[in-house]
Amino acid sequence: MSYSRRQFLRSSIAGSVTILAAPALISRHAYGADDPILVGSLHDQSGPIAASGVPMVAALNLGIEEVNAAGGLLGRPLQLVHYDTQSNIQMYSQYAQQLAVKDKVAVVHGGITSASREAVRPTFDRFKVLYFYNTLYEGGVCDRNTFCTGTTPAQTVEKLVPYAMGKSGKKVYIIAADYNYGQITSKWMAKYVKDNGGEVLSVDFFPLDVTNFGPTISKIQAAKPDLILSALVGGNHTSFYRQWTSAGMKSQIPIASTTFGLVNEPSTLDASESEGILGAYGYFEELTTPASTDFVGKLRAKTPDLPYIAELAAGTYEGFYLWVEAVKKAGVIDRMAVIEALESGITFEGPSGKVVLDHATHHTTRNAYLAEVKERKWSVLETFPEAKPLDTAGVCDLVKNPTDNKQYVIDV
Amino acid sequence: MELAVILALDVVSGAASLLLLCLGLAIIFGMMRIINLAHGEFVMLGAYATVISTNAGVNIWFAMLVISPVFVGLVGLVIERCLIQFLYGRLVDTMLATWGLSLLIIGIVTTIFGNTINGVPTPLGGFAIGAYRSSYYTLFLALMALVVMALIYVVMRYTRFGLIARATMQNPQMAAALGIAPARVYMATFAIGAGLTGLAGGLLAPISGIVPTMGSAYVAKAFISVVGGGAAILSGTASAAGLFGTINQLGAYFTTPVYGEVILFLSAILLIRLLPTGISGRFYKGSL
Repeated sequence: MSYSRRQFLRSSIAGSVTILAAPALISRHAYGADDPILVGSLHDQSGPIAASGVPMVAALNLGIEEVNAAGGLLGRPLQLVHYDTQSNIQMYSQYAQQLAVKDKVAVVHGGITSASREAVRPTFDRFKVLYFYNTLYEGGVCDRNTFCTGTTPAQTVEKLVPYAMGKSGKKVYIIAADYNYGQITSKWMAKYVKDNGGEVLSVDFFPLDVTNFGPTISKIQAAKPDLILSALVGGNHTSFYRQWTSAGMKSQIPIASTTFGLVNEPSTLDASESEGILGAYGYFEELTTPASTDFVGKLRAKTPDLPYIAELAAGTYEGFYLWVEAVKKAGVIDRMAVIEALESGITFEGPSGKVVLDHATHHTTRNAYLAEVKERKWSVLETFPEAKPLDTAGVCDLVKNPTDNKQYVIDV
Repeated sequence: MELAVILALDVVSGAASLLLLCLGLAIIFGMMRIINLAHGEFVMLGAYATVISTNAGVNIWFAMLVISPVFVGLVGLVIERCLIQFLYGRLVDTMLATWGLSLLIIGIVTTIFGNTINGVPTPLGGFAIGAYRSSYYTLFLALMALVVMALIYVVMRYTRFGLIARATMQNPQMAAALGIAPARVYMATFAIGAGLTGLAGGLLAPISGIVPTMGSAYVAKAFISVVGGGAAILSGTASAAGLFGTINQLGAYFTTPVYGEVILFLSAILLIRLLPTGISGRFYKGSL
C-alpha cells in the first residue's frame, strides 16, 4: 500500500486533534458522584520561604485526611492538588493558571507573602475560582472572591505596641523589611505608637539581602529609644538580633516584633539573643488549649521534623475548615453558593480558638495572643478574644460594594 | 566623639568582613580567571560547617578557624577535579558551570538541613565606649582580616609554592616547560581559594542568620570588590574592600540601608568607569 505524504499529514493531524481533544472527552465524564473534589494548594516547599510553607501544606493534608476519614464532603472524597511554588513569584502565576484552567479545582488555599497573593489573586478572579489566603499580613485586601483568614495589624500590632510601650517607654525606633509588608506594617506601628502617646524617632527599612546591621545599631544607639519595634523578615535579617546581642544592646533596649518567631527563630537563636522579645500573633504552637495540643500532636505525629507550627499553619487549617463548613451549608461546591454560605457568618472552632468569618471584609474575627520568648520558647502572656479586623473594616465593605476588588493601602 | 569612635569601628568591621569575603574570590577569579558564581555557596558551606560542628560540641574557635576552611577547601578540591579542570581558559563556560553548581549546592544543603534558619551565638561579648556599645567580635574580624592578608602575602611572596603558583598563572606553558605540572598547581590554588572563602563563612557565621540561600547576599559585593580591585590580588582587593566597605557603612549610617546599597553599587560603577583596570591597575601596578 502506498502512503503519500499528504495522506500521512492528514492522518497525523486527525490523530493529534483526537489526542488534544481527549482530555476534554474524558473530563466531560469526570464529575461522577464519587469523584474527588479537588482542593488546590499553592505553597512554597523549597527556597527561602519553605520553612513557612511546609507546615501549611501539612495542615492542609491533615484537614483533608480528617474530612475523608469522616466520609468526605457531600459524600465525595477530597483530594489535594498541590504545586510547590519554590519561593518564586513567576511559579505562582504559572501554577495559578494551571489550577484554574487545567485542574479546575473547587477552591485554592495558598500564597504566603503579600507579593505572591497579589500575583495570583487576579487570576482566580478572572477564572472565577474561590481563593483563600491564610497568612497574617498588612491588611486591606477587599475582594469578594478572596477570603483572608490571617490576622491583620488591628488584631495583633494594636495589642503589641501599647503592651511593649507600657513595659519600656514612649520613644520608639522602628526597623522593617523593605517590601509592602514592612512598609505598611511600619505605618501601623507608627500609628499605634502615636495613639498611645508615644513618639517615633525613626523608621528604617532594610532590603531582604542586608546582612550587616553595624551602622544601624550605631544609629539606634545615637537615637536612644526606649523600645525597638521590628518587622524584619527572613534569614538575613535574623543577623540583626545576633549583632544586637553581641554589641551588648540586648539588655539595654527591649524589642517587640511582628515577625520574630514566625518560623523558628526562638529555637535557633541562642537564649541570650531572644530572651524577652515580645510578639503577637493569632496562634502559637505553645498554646495549651485542648484544640491546640491536639492539632500540634497530630501534625507532629505525621511529620516529626516539621518546622515551628505558627499562625500560618493554624490559619491554613482553619481557612480550610471554614470552606468545608460553608460547602456543607451550601450543599454544593459551586463558587457563588459557597461564597454566600461563607458570608452567612460561618464559624469554626480551630486550634487558635473560635474563628468567625466577617461578611463585610471577608476577613476573620479571631483570638489574638501576646507572648514573650522565655528560654527559647514562646510563653503566652495574654489572650485577646474576638479581635476584629478593624483596619480592613475601615476601608472595605463588600456588603455595600460586592464588586470591589483591590488592596487598600491605609493612610495612617 | 564617642559616636565617631563607634562609627570608625563600624567602618573597620564592614571593610574587614568584605575583605575576608573577597580574598578567596580574588585568588580564584583574580589569579585564575575563573568566574566562580558558586562563591556565595562556598561562604554558606563554611558557615554551615561552623554551625554544625559547634552544635555537635566542637569548640567554636576550632570550628571557625580550622574545620570551616579545611572542609570547604576539600569541597573545592573535589569540585576542581570534577568540574573546573575541564574549563580553564573558557570564561563564559566557567560562569555557567559554577552557576549550576551554586544551585546544586543550595539544593543539596536544603535537602539535608532544611530551610530553617540556623546559627551560633556570637562569642566574646561587648564593650562600652561612653554611652555607646560595640562588640569585641568586630575587632576580632578586623584582626583576622589582617592575619589572613599577611598569610597570603608571605605564602605568595616568600615561599616556593607562591612563586610557582604566580608563575603558572602568568604563563602555564612556560611553567610546564620548566618542569611544573600546571594542573596540580591549579588544583591546589583553587582549593586554597575555596578554603579561604570557607574561613570567611565560618567567621561570619556568628553574626549572620544561616540559610541555604544566604550566599546570594554576598556574591555581588564580593565580585564588585574584586573587579574594582583589579589584577593585584592583595593590594587591589584590600584597597577596594576598604573603599567599598567604608562607602557602604557610612552610606547606610547617614542615609538608610537601602541607599547605602545604592551608593555602594553606584560608586562601584563610577570606579570601573574611571579606572577600567581597577584600583591596582593604576596605583599598584605589578604588585601582589
